[in-house]
Amino acid sequence: MKGVAVTGMGIISAIGRNLTETHNSLKNARDGISFPEILPTSHTNLPVGEVKISNSEFSEILELPQDHSCTRASLLAIHAIKELLDSSGLSHFPEDTGFISGTSVGGIDKTEQHYYDYKNNAEYRKYIQAQHPGFTTEKIAEYFGLKGTVTTISTACSSSANAIMMGAQMIQAGKLKRVIVGGSDCLTKFTLNGFNSLKILSEQKSRPFDDEREGLNLGEAAGYLLLEAEDCIQNKEILGRVVGFGNSNDAFHQTASSENGEGAFKAISKAFKKAGINTSEIDYINAHGTGTKNNDLSESVALKRIYQENLPDFSSTKAFTGHTLGAAGAVEAIFSLLSINNSEIYPNLNFQSAMTETGLTPVIELKKKQLRTVLSNSFGFGGNCTSLIFQKDG
Amino acid sequence: MGRIYINGISSISAQPEDIFENSEPKIYHLNIIPALDQDYKSLIKPMMLRRMSKAVKMGLFCSKKALEQAGVDMPNAVLVGTGQGCMQDTEKFMSNMLDAEESLLSPTSFIQSTHNTVGGQIALNLKCKGHNMTFTQNSVSFESALLDVILQMEDTEVQNILVGGVDETSTEFTGFQKLDGQIKTEEIDNIDLFRSETNGTIISESAAFFSLGAERAVNSYAELKDVDIVNSIEPSRLTLKIEEFLEGNGMSVSEIDAVILGKNGDKRFDIYYDQLQKGIFSEVTQVGFKHLVGENNSVSSYAFWLASKILKEKNIPEIFKLNALNCENPKNILIYNQYLGRNHGLILLKSL
Repeated sequence: MKGVAVTGMGIISAIGRNLTETHNSLKNARDGISFPEILPTSHTNLPVGEVKISNSEFSEILELPQDHSCTRASLLAIHAIKELLDSSGLSHFPEDTGFISGTSVGGIDKTEQHYYDYKNNAEYRKYIQAQHPGFTTEKIAEYFGLKGTVTTISTACSSSANAIMMGAQMIQAGKLKRVIVGGSDCLTKFTLNGFNSLKILSEQKSRPFDDEREGLNLGEAAGYLLLEAEDCIQNKEILGRVVGFGNSNDAFHQTASSENGEGAFKAISKAFKKAGINTSEIDYINAHGTGTKNNDLSESVALKRIYQENLPDFSSTKAFTGHTLGAAGAVEAIFSLLSINNSEIYPNLNFQSAMTETGLTPVIELKKKQLRTVLSNSFGFGGNCTSLIFQKDG
Repeated sequence: MGRIYINGISSISAQPEDIFENSEPKIYHLNIIPALDQDYKSLIKPMMLRRMSKAVKMGLFCSKKALEQAGVDMPNAVLVGTGQGCMQDTEKFMSNMLDAEESLLSPTSFIQSTHNTVGGQIALNLKCKGHNMTFTQNSVSFESALLDVILQMEDTEVQNILVGGVDETSTEFTGFQKLDGQIKTEEIDNIDLFRSETNGTIISESAAFFSLGAERAVNSYAELKDVDIVNSIEPSRLTLKIEEFLEGNGMSVSEIDAVILGKNGDKRFDIYYDQLQKGIFSEVTQVGFKHLVGENNSVSSYAFWLASKILKEKNIPEIFKLNALNCENPKNILIYNQYLGRNHGLILLKSL
């Protein structure tokens, strides 16, 4: 099976404002972790992957009207989709273009900024609806004139991976010819304090899969792919194909992953089945690898269940960008496609020693290697596990 | 695509579920209407119940009832539409965080604040490890979940899917909707909603879940034929869009026996419905429901419940009717809904 073609992409995160900057950071092992400067939080000691562009700077870059009501997640997304549009060779998105966006908290940045303003201050009331993720998606859709199939998936940290999966299924089912898929999440006090209350934020740069890992760093990003049906491709460059996908629920705990990595195991297995390939055909795994004790162990156990002693090269790229929540699946899909197109595996930063339980060592320096097939994992709260398989075209 | 049968249904709203049989509606003089309490402990352990927000309780309770009715122990997928998600826990964590100026916080409400909490809790309770998705796109959240039903049913191994819509209210967040014109400023009786000539509507809580199957069951209600979502459309183009949707299903307007409209008494946006009532559907039995159960982002799932009942019982209770036309033997029902002129949803159901 050929899989669904990716014909455009765009990204913004703490390691770059576009694909070129992102690629440079990845191959030079340059992370984007800093302390918060744009997010007005009292937790200035917590490292984050922050995009160092303020909302008003974004408004200027994107030439938005003074009275726009974009949330930060929509600003990040518009920036990324503008790059996607340029890279796709289209001048604008045709009317029948679908849009499926993943986000964890959408525009809750506006709610936390104006929670006490709404009652007495009418000028902020345009943000009342911003709290709900669909609003952020609508702002993005308005900017690009997308009027048809527009929806939002919110399954915490697997949101945008699920958006990619659904988009691919819509193309395969013949329901859409062309669809923008991916996701966006910005840093908010809500999520920073939420993860902090769960005591899973590291005060150092995160160290995925390391025995001494202490937790994750939060990040913000937007990443989007353009998926197109075969009869739309013509002579466009195909950046890769979505050949496999699978979603499974761990059904173990609202936030923690099971010890045997059951959900992850099932999601990965489904993706293989869909792709119709053997596990040995995977050349590289871009792991979820958040840097928390729980996730990295559970994911390692799931990978060992699938591969026993023959695990292919793997790494988590979350130490570059921080964990960008609902955007992470799309961000890492783009990293996977960059890996395929540049024959490079990007390193798992800050790793020193393998965890005692599993003894797995990721790729820790840039590795040049021909890559044909890449597996990317995304797991989220609510037991939501998603795996995607990308393949080189042809 | 094979056929998709509606094999089990359950709803919770401001009206009792037997309103269909007993047409005496509950009347509220409130613009924010809670869903009626249920005997939750009959299906959910009390210890679990204490930790659950209303959306989780309603969603899980309806899920269990719908699955039981369909005789399904373990669905292959759980799909949830919720426009506003777990607002009660979001509000709790948000206000605690702001009041405590980001100091020590309990994680409980944060854990339960994510939009996929209902879907996750259903999976956890059923131990269902299948495909699990949550859609949150304003008034097409439930329709988006139905779209995913159609996609998942392409897989021949998928036999049964649990799908539903749920939205709860919370004190502050729902209260904000009074400030930006979403909720009417004057209090009205719900039953007078369509006589209202002001801006805004009445907001409510509801949940409706369905067990959909690839095979017909003894007690099947109806068939889901198709669903479509349109983010934005001019009122003048809506008729054409509906005709195209029906045509895509090999049907014409004349074959529609009843149309369920999401009219909500907001004079700014009811024009979308008015023109259909006076236009293509003027000779068709017209049905409303928001004068009984109010408005929320996933209330089209209640319309889906209503359509299922109508197609099975072959009866449209007077209380739901918007015009005087009778419909002896309803076969095809179209549901059309939108909110604030955006996020338009079309659902087509067929009798068995």
